[in-house]
Amino acid sequence: MPAVVKVVRRRELTFWEKLYVPQIVSGLKITFAHFFRNLFLHTAHQFGRFKNFSAAATYQFPEELRPLMSRFRSRHRLTRREDNTPRCVGCMLCETVCPAKCITIVPGEHPDPNVEKYPVRFDIDLGVCVYCGYCVEVCPEDAIRMDTGILDLAAYSREAMRLDIHELMNPLLRKPIRECNLKFPHKCQLNGGQMTGSWDLSRQVSQVN
Amino acid sequence: MIEVVIIKFVLASIVFFAALNLAGFHTWVERKQSALIQDRIGANRADIFGFRALGMFHGLADVLKMFTKEDIVPANADKALHNLAPFFSVFFALMTFAGIPFGDRLIIGDRVIELQVAHIDAALLYIFAMLSLGVYGVILAGFASRNNYALLGGLRATAQMISYEIALGVSLLGVIVVYGTIDLAEIVRAQGQLIGGWIPKWGIITQPIAFFVFVTAALAETKRVPFDLPEGESEIIGYFVEYSGMKFGMFFLTDFLETIVVASLATTLFFGGWQVPYLMPDGFHFPWGATWLVPNWVYVLLGVASFSMKVLTFCFVFMQLRWTLPRFRYDQLMSLGWKGLFPISVANVVVTAILVIYFDGVH
Repeated sequence: MPAVVKVVRRRELTFWEKLYVPQIVSGLKITFAHFFRNLFLHTAHQFGRFKNFSAAATYQFPEELRPLMSRFRSRHRLTRREDNTPRCVGCMLCETVCPAKCITIVPGEHPDPNVEKYPVRFDIDLGVCVYCGYCVEVCPEDAIRMDTGILDLAAYSREAMRLDIHELMNPLLRKPIRECNLKFPHKCQLNGGQMTGSWDLSRQVSQVN
Repeated sequence: MIEVVIIKFVLASIVFFAALNLAGFHTWVERKQSALIQDRIGANRADIFGFRALGMFHGLADVLKMFTKEDIVPANADKALHNLAPFFSVFFALMTFAGIPFGDRLIIGDRVIELQVAHIDAALLYIFAMLSLGVYGVILAGFASRNNYALLGGLRATAQMISYEIALGVSLLGVIVVYGTIDLAEIVRAQGQLIGGWIPKWGIITQPIAFFVFVTAALAETKRVPFDLPEGESEIIGYFVEYSGMKFGMFFLTDFLETIVVASLATTLFFGGWQVPYLMPDGFHFPWGATWLVPNWVYVLLGVASFSMKVLTFCFVFMQLRWTLPRFRYDQLMSLGWKGLFPISVANVVVTAILVIYFDGVH
């Protein structure tokens, strides 16, 4: 069977199109319309008028943040119970499901027999995280969410990209952390304890400064 | 004698000041106009003591950057020619302005000053000569870089400019036939007449086809979009690949200067130069009979203002065209030049000649 060749011919230009000038004029009409519309709106904005019509499709980023969708996955946070202790029960599901293996949990025994466990350490290495959101999906306690809206994650070192439980519980907090403000049952050993987390003070101070 | 030198010096300074500043201003216009067309805001970060002035300082920042950048000359390049090429480019672009009349005769006491830097009776030929010499800067830049891409860019530019030069020249023959002179000042003066007492006898009225051919060919001469094949900033690499710092900046400046030259020429030849409709040397003479006399200096000032307004409008329209149209393919460029514009301009000359003889009779 011979190969079937389908010839696609380009449409010939009509005489009107070959004149160029009418086509150029119609193109100019579009650009002029945009130009004068935006010029008018920019001027009107200077006088505080027509503020709800935007003159540009762009955002002036550092000053003006882009609106985020409600399902947008941004930096993680750990939710709290009513008494401000973490909701996390240290079940390790998120650490297990994490494809990037960026979550480290050290569970401890909770004094309340109804709760069973709590996270002594909960570290997320944002330099490794792929923002897939599986940890949020898998959590049975709604203890971790990605709704802080924090996008501007940047640090001078890899260590500084590592969030510990203090920063995860309080998204406004930034390293170095001088003292632990977590509620009982948390026993955070900032100074010379046996179990040092990534919040180890002496190390962080030297890194940040 | 010394007064003549001083007067010429002052005139040249005024023209240089206006042309170079307008060229610098073009960088701002280019940024902001394109931004408005594309629903953006445009460069607005450079500031002096917190004043941003709508981003106008970006031009200054550019110049500072270009002057302080390292000037790299390729090891194999012909150093003398490589250095000479950008100066050639800018020099001829600036020389062109000398022939353009930007106002009528200014009378101070008993001295009559022509507002034209070089009062040449063949100013049109002079301007064409200078515009054509501009191509030497381009081809030298391509050749002296000893870079195949630069050389190809230079050859593209040369082929394009030579092709369009012909259409450009022939399109203006019609204008010369209508006004009967190649003295630009006289052409402008002739455009002050009225047709039927109402319509100014501007080139756009008497030679509309020549106007379109001229603007198209002249835009090709300026090597800007849609005819920017010699440069092809983003992909095909032009004749100035091997240039950096202010030498590159001079090629950039040449582009803007040539745009202004073309705008001035289009104004002078087709939009009555410094003519204001119904303004005669002694004042306004409206077609309904009213007259309003003005002194000579007001008349000249109005003329200069009219010329500047027209040039600025042309610059604006050229910039708008530059941000509206895509680039031509090279074969389309050549066929437009040789098969489109050239025959049209020749036909225009023939038809114009016949009409002129029919209406005016053989002298």
